[in-house]
Amino acid sequence: MNSAAQTVEVDRQTMDVDIVCAGFGPATGGFLTTLTQAWSQNPADPAFESKVAPGMPLQVLCYERADDLAAGVSGVVTRAEGIRTSFPALDPAEVPMAAPIRQERVFYLLDPIGASRRSLTLRMGDFFLGLGKTLWVKDSAFELPWTPVFLHKHGGLVLSIGQFNQWVGSQLMASGLVQIWPGTPVSGPIFPEDPGGTKRAVAGLRLADQGVDKHGIPAEGYMPGMNVRAQLTVVGDGPVGAVGQRLDERFGLPAGHARREWALGMKFVIELPEDTALEAGTVWHTFGFPEPEIFGFLYVHPERLVSAGIFVPSWMGDPGRTVYRYLQHYIQHPLLWQHLKGGALRSWGAKSLEESGKHGEPFLAGDGFARIGEGSGSTNLLTGSGVDEAWTTGAQLGEAVLELLRAGKPFTQQNLSETYEKRRRASWVERGAREAENARNGFYGGFVRGLLGMGLAGLTGGRLSLAAHIPPAPKQIRRFGAYGKAGLKLREAAALAVADGRPLHDALMTARGWPEIPFDGRLLVTQQDALLMGGKVQAMPGFADHVLFLDRNRCIQCREKTCIAMCSGQALTLGDDGAPAFEREKCVHCGACLWNCAQSPDGERSNIEFVAGSGGLHSAEN
Amino acid sequence: MANVLHIVVCAGMAPDPLQTLEPTTGPNGPGIKNEMVLPAVLDPWAASALYEAASLAAKNPGSKVWLVSLGPKAKLQQVMMTVAQKVGFELVPVDGPIGGFPDAHATAAALADAIEAIPGLDRARLLVFGGWESATRGAGVTLQLVGERLGIVDQFQGVDQITLREDGSFEVLERVEGGKHQVSVCAGAPAVLGWATGNLPEPRNNPQVGMANMRTIMPALQKAKSVALEANGLKYVAVNLPRQQRETRVEKNLSAEEIAREIVEWIEKDNR
Ligand SMILES: Cc1cc2nc3c(=O)[nH]c(=O)nc-3n(C[C@H](O)[C@H](O)[C@H](O)COP(=O)(O)OP(=O)(O)OC[C@H]3O[C@@H](n4cnc5c(N)ncnc54)[C@H](O)[C@@H]3O)c2cc1C
Ligand code: SF4
Ligand code: SF4
Repeated sequence: MNSAAQTVEVDRQTMDVDIVCAGFGPATGGFLTTLTQAWSQNPADPAFESKVAPGMPLQVLCYERADDLAAGVSGVVTRAEGIRTSFPALDPAEVPMAAPIRQERVFYLLDPIGASRRSLTLRMGDFFLGLGKTLWVKDSAFELPWTPVFLHKHGGLVLSIGQFNQWVGSQLMASGLVQIWPGTPVSGPIFPEDPGGTKRAVAGLRLADQGVDKHGIPAEGYMPGMNVRAQLTVVGDGPVGAVGQRLDERFGLPAGHARREWALGMKFVIELPEDTALEAGTVWHTFGFPEPEIFGFLYVHPERLVSAGIFVPSWMGDPGRTVYRYLQHYIQHPLLWQHLKGGALRSWGAKSLEESGKHGEPFLAGDGFARIGEGSGSTNLLTGSGVDEAWTTGAQLGEAVLELLRAGKPFTQQNLSETYEKRRRASWVERGAREAENARNGFYGGFVRGLLGMGLAGLTGGRLSLAAHIPPAPKQIRRFGAYGKAGLKLREAAALAVADGRPLHDALMTARGWPEIPFDGRLLVTQQDALLMGGKVQAMPGFADHVLFLDRNRCIQCREKTCIAMCSGQALTLGDDGAPAFEREKCVHCGACLWNCAQSPDGERSNIEFVAGSGGLHSAEN
Repeated sequence: MANVLHIVVCAGMAPDPLQTLEPTTGPNGPGIKNEMVLPAVLDPWAASALYEAASLAAKNPGSKVWLVSLGPKAKLQQVMMTVAQKVGFELVPVDGPIGGFPDAHATAAALADAIEAIPGLDRARLLVFGGWESATRGAGVTLQLVGERLGIVDQFQGVDQITLREDGSFEVLERVEGGKHQVSVCAGAPAVLGWATGNLPEPRNNPQVGMANMRTIMPALQKAKSVALEANGLKYVAVNLPRQQRETRVEKNLSAEEIAREIVEWIEKDNR
């Protein structure tokens, strides 16, 4: 196994630096921007002298897993408050694909097909809406008369995260003060010698081994991953990052916290037809279709580009969660299709969202390390916003580090807690997180209850919310029944899948009454074709597999195989032995397999280990 | 000391070939849509030249490698973030336009000027490397023109291998028709070598190499001289991308022969 192979002690290079960062997303962008903006005002300030290389400037490095800084995936519509604080003179025209928000609307989508799983209450509601068809319902959609205040992103921006990260990254590199290296996965933290095992401390990062086979065994051109030792390790590796995961394993989470709430966001970037009526800066939020639990979005960028996508949450109990097919049905909903029809798919992408918020917040700092961004629980599930929050937590750490550097104080747990944590707790990010803390609880008792709970929390600033017991992610997945209606559907689908060789989950959707996708080779294309579009998926040779199955027997016996159904890249398929087979070259590193396992070995975690890997999607537009 | 080399690699940038590339016509003639938005890579042919240069320099202690690259600063910087971890070199950036199809004469002039301005470069040890082609806008003549401007008459194209001899002369394998190589022996530097793929794999990312390179790359980028490329009256009538067409179908019951026959038919459909 990879992690085992990586613990074999070999002759590793070691490098000492002052600050090392794992992952380059908006969180690390905010951190490095804050640091370099202050530093470049007075590069000779002795506060910025290196501790590890006296006489030299501070040595600051950042390692990003993806092959390019522009390879991220996100929506994005953002209030951009934090981002604007860092760049007060920000002109959206400078950032490709950015536009100021002009219009925000929220729609409840009815199901014009009749295939979605709607509860009796919901059907009654739909019926009621249907009565007023001409009045309230147009294009099978009911527009909310106003946008709830918690969803408002007034004065904000529509962005492409790839373009934004690239823009931030090039400014940082141009400062000449920090180095950001893409194509370099970090395998995990280095822990200092700690015989008692009681310290919450990190001494740096270890980069992934290169020149190994898929099992991590040294092969031709073996190059053991370097140990980068640092005074401060900044962990900004997002929702499923390897460093964050190892820290949680080692230190646990604060009492009462658990990471159980997830969603997969998948999106298309579509070039609209030339006569489109959609204006750049248009923002639509939707709910109700293709399944009640699936929230969707449509954001319009300049130059006739649009991002359209959906979020499939862990609390959608169905084990046949097959997001790509759902997304294809989503864009064909009459409300969207009237605009998208005749468009061309430019790019596509998927990524997990860690939606536990405060419920899953880890220890934010320890001796020699701090955590920022989504992996630190910053994403706000009520407002559906993570970018500005991530950016702001990074900027707060940046300010804290400046304060400590100027005071000549070391990066101890106490010092970081008095500077970084204190700033964070006093900020709008924390207030928002508290308001959102229990906003989604209601969904564990059904969709309608969920909407009520969300409205309640949203409108009372989190003072009122519904209580809930949130089960571990594997337990949120319903089991396939062997008998009854569901069992019959499963057998029908299995017969269909065997007959025409398509994936089982896709056949399952068809068996449930979802119409076949009318492929047109431009916008509606097979999932395999999507992998080749707009920044084809690929993986550098010489790295180990990063999706590992802990107990293959468990997989063989597992009926649900939710990991395969959910896999965004069709990188997981059914292997000959009945367990999933993993193809690294097709993986988009969305991290969905990490929380889409129906059979937990210990009741909490999944049967999959998701470690650091190289490659993925090359799209710059997502 | 006969084999101390000064290798200058000329390498352009190309939009990452994994992206969806679409030709468009702008005010300055044909180009690639949204080229500034798409991530760029070091032109793959030139990249093999760089790896060969580094390997040659490593085998001949005291040798040095420069990478001369023309493009907008921001793009050069983005490309350096991936290339600089691979092998050691010193960057000689030329801040110029990207996109469109510049005149090879103008590009060659800018590159030759940049090479001549490299301090301490010894002509008697000089090997100019580059790609014999380009993945995007190969004029097929840029490197030769650079050589001409520098007055270097020994030129080789489609090179896959160079073997240095004790006396400073070297043997070159150039690709010729029929999958064969032509073997030539050159008395010594200076020479121009346009590389095909070479024989070396892409080197692994080495963070220490990256750190060392960046110390000189960032200051060089900050000081990069900017040039404007003259169109010299050149006009392109049309530009095409290699056509891509995809058709996917799952077939379980067809034999391999039947599938092969269908594929042949599909390919021929285009030529009729
Ligand atoms: C489809 C979709 C739509 C969304 N829409 C919106 C929206 O409209 N508005 C909004 O505000 N938010 C939105 N979000 C959420 C938002 O994208 C995230 O909250 C935000 O990106 C989090 O930023 P981050 O910097 O914490 O982490 P990330 O953006 O996840 O960045 C972490 C980085 O670390 C890298 N990394 C991971 N592991 C390693 C490793 N081992 N070694 C090195 N590098 C590593 C990753 O490759 C990544 O680049 C959306 C998300 C998705 C998926
Ligand atoms: S990882 Fe194994 S146990 Fe978990 S869902 Fe997939 S097949 Fe089932
Ligand atoms: S195997 Fe890769 S693409 Fe598939 S779910 Fe896991 S991370 Fe996503």
